[in-house]
Amino acid sequence: MRVLEYPFDADEIIRKKKSLRRALMEEEGASARLKKKIAVLGGSTTANVVQVLDLFLLNNGIEADFYQSEYNKYYEDAMFGNLELDSFGPDLIYLHTGIHNIQSFPDPSDSAEQVQEKLEEVFGRFYSMWKKLEEVHGCTIIQNNFEYPDWRLFGNKDAVETAGRVRFVRELNRRFSEYARENKNFYIHDVNYLSGYLGLTKWCDPFYWNMYKYCPAVPLIPELAYSVACIIKSLYGKNKKALVLDLDNTLWGGIVGDDGPENLQIGSESARGETFLGFQEYLKAQKALGVLLNIDSKNEYENAIAGLGAKGSALTPDDFICIKANWDPKDRNIAEIARELNLGADSFVFVDDNPAERHIVSEQIAGIAVPEIGEPENYIRVLDRSGFFEVTNFSADDASRNEMYKANAERSKLQASFADYSEYLKSLEMYAEIAPFCKEYIPRISQLTNKSNQFNLTTLRCSVPDIEEMAASENWITLYGKLEDRFGDNGVVAVEAAEILGKEAYIRLNLMSCRVLKRDMEFAMLDVLVRMAKEKGVKTLIGEYLPTKKNGMVKDLYTDLGFTKDGELWKLDVETYEPRCSVIRINE
Amino acid sequence: MEEKIYEKLNEIFRDIFDDDEIEVTPETNSDSIEDWDSLEHINLVVAIEKAFELKFTMDEVTGMKDVGEMVGIIKERGKALD
Repeated sequence: MRVLEYPFDADEIIRKKKSLRRALMEEEGASARLKKKIAVLGGSTTANVVQVLDLFLLNNGIEADFYQSEYNKYYEDAMFGNLELDSFGPDLIYLHTGIHNIQSFPDPSDSAEQVQEKLEEVFGRFYSMWKKLEEVHGCTIIQNNFEYPDWRLFGNKDAVETAGRVRFVRELNRRFSEYARENKNFYIHDVNYLSGYLGLTKWCDPFYWNMYKYCPAVPLIPELAYSVACIIKSLYGKNKKALVLDLDNTLWGGIVGDDGPENLQIGSESARGETFLGFQEYLKAQKALGVLLNIDSKNEYENAIAGLGAKGSALTPDDFICIKANWDPKDRNIAEIARELNLGADSFVFVDDNPAERHIVSEQIAGIAVPEIGEPENYIRVLDRSGFFEVTNFSADDASRNEMYKANAERSKLQASFADYSEYLKSLEMYAEIAPFCKEYIPRISQLTNKSNQFNLTTLRCSVPDIEEMAASENWITLYGKLEDRFGDNGVVAVEAAEILGKEAYIRLNLMSCRVLKRDMEFAMLDVLVRMAKEKGVKTLIGEYLPTKKNGMVKDLYTDLGFTKDGELWKLDVETYEPRCSVIRINE
Repeated sequence: MEEKIYEKLNEIFRDIFDDDEIEVTPETNSDSIEDWDSLEHINLVVAIEKAFELKFTMDEVTGMKDVGEMVGIIKERGKALD
């Protein structure tokens, strides 16, 4: 589908993703697509990533079923699993993490040893995830490496100083690559390159991170998804295998039949000649990687051969397998090349500067790739970024096996591992500030009541004035919860409000941001709520659960919190309540 | 001008929510369109920013209550209005 081929319009893809999916599913041969299960474990929001990745895969003949971790639950999912993921049984796991998931960066004052320790700690955390995933799921893993930070304390020296963040990221990426070299079924998705290629300024746009925890910025997600799709389709044998190239104004400037081989623009004498030479050198290098080169040109055969022998060329006739230089329709030549090479026509990429020829070929030959190649100076870019020949497995080097075993033994020592979940929660060193609604947080509290859908017992939406009213009233117990951990401050993430009626208090608001699920924050909130209820002379807390399409995850929350079901409501005796949260320090 | 803005917005909303029946009015808000959650909101914002060549601030994105407020901002700062 043209819209999904490189170079694409990213905005259009995001905007039309639903109708594009429908069209892809209605395509002829849709049922013949390869079925795969892909788990996306994200350290940032993954919704758009998955939706767009889905489109690119469908367009490459792969129909994927997706599992998505809850927001930023990649580590928990990897280390501790969960029923949904376990029963999903992924064929492939994509770890969509980034710079925001580096939990400890060096402080400027850190010694070399301290920096090294932090490096081992961050790396060890990923290393243990990869090992665990390999052990539990034994499937292919694709892991993002890290983009550079979008600010630098040391300026240019950030790349040099031991405690520089740029240096730290480079070091981590080097370790990631090393691991990928030594482990089969493990592939790096080179975010570091991609973000540089597209521009770190755009990639790290703080708007999208602060607002929706998206990294990269939403407009760049199609680029990211395309790049991941290239790896996946390569792994599942959907790479192209051969190039079919036009000659005049594709491999050189000018028309060999009119201008003569001596007058062609090829070689380092002119800017245009150099441009074409660069392209020829690129193709020659592709050939060294195993891509089959062929010619399909409207020319006399002798002229074609003479052109390929022109002074200043990088390619020679010997570099090609089939050379079709004649006046037959190009699609007919391609069909013949396919027969001769014993390849399906969908294994070919057709490169021609003439849009009319491109059009005919793409109309006549199903499955062939016909990139909009653009101007000569962009030929390499378009071909390269299209990822037709994405390399995933390239000759493993046996000579390095000794070092590999040694390095692995060293890393095992670092492996961060936790015996159980509460030990893990403790290691997060969480601290919560839980207090009645206060002025500075009122907009955020109102926003949470309007945004939270999943961990939200009543889905009561409140405006700023509604919240102000509760905060000012004697008859309401109100609480916001802010949660910090060693990764940083999550901000206000939980809200509760209970209306006092006599000796009872009805919990009208009880919700939490998906950023902090499974952290025991709900217990911390309840501990404080009970304490405040006591102070106000309340004997019983009453909770209710109003089901919606999206809040199924909290249907048993009150039972889990120790409430007793009474008809449609849940009740908790305030007097006999014992605090339940042991993993978060509260208001200390 | 306002008519043109609504015309363009209709196209964007129809694309994003994949529903050709949508006719937005100043009162249209996230309650009136079932799939309009925070995840689609950002896509809507991106598409509108592109179409009208403007950038919303964070406050505007969180603050807009309905399409009417959206159009207010577009009229103030948007380009490509007709």
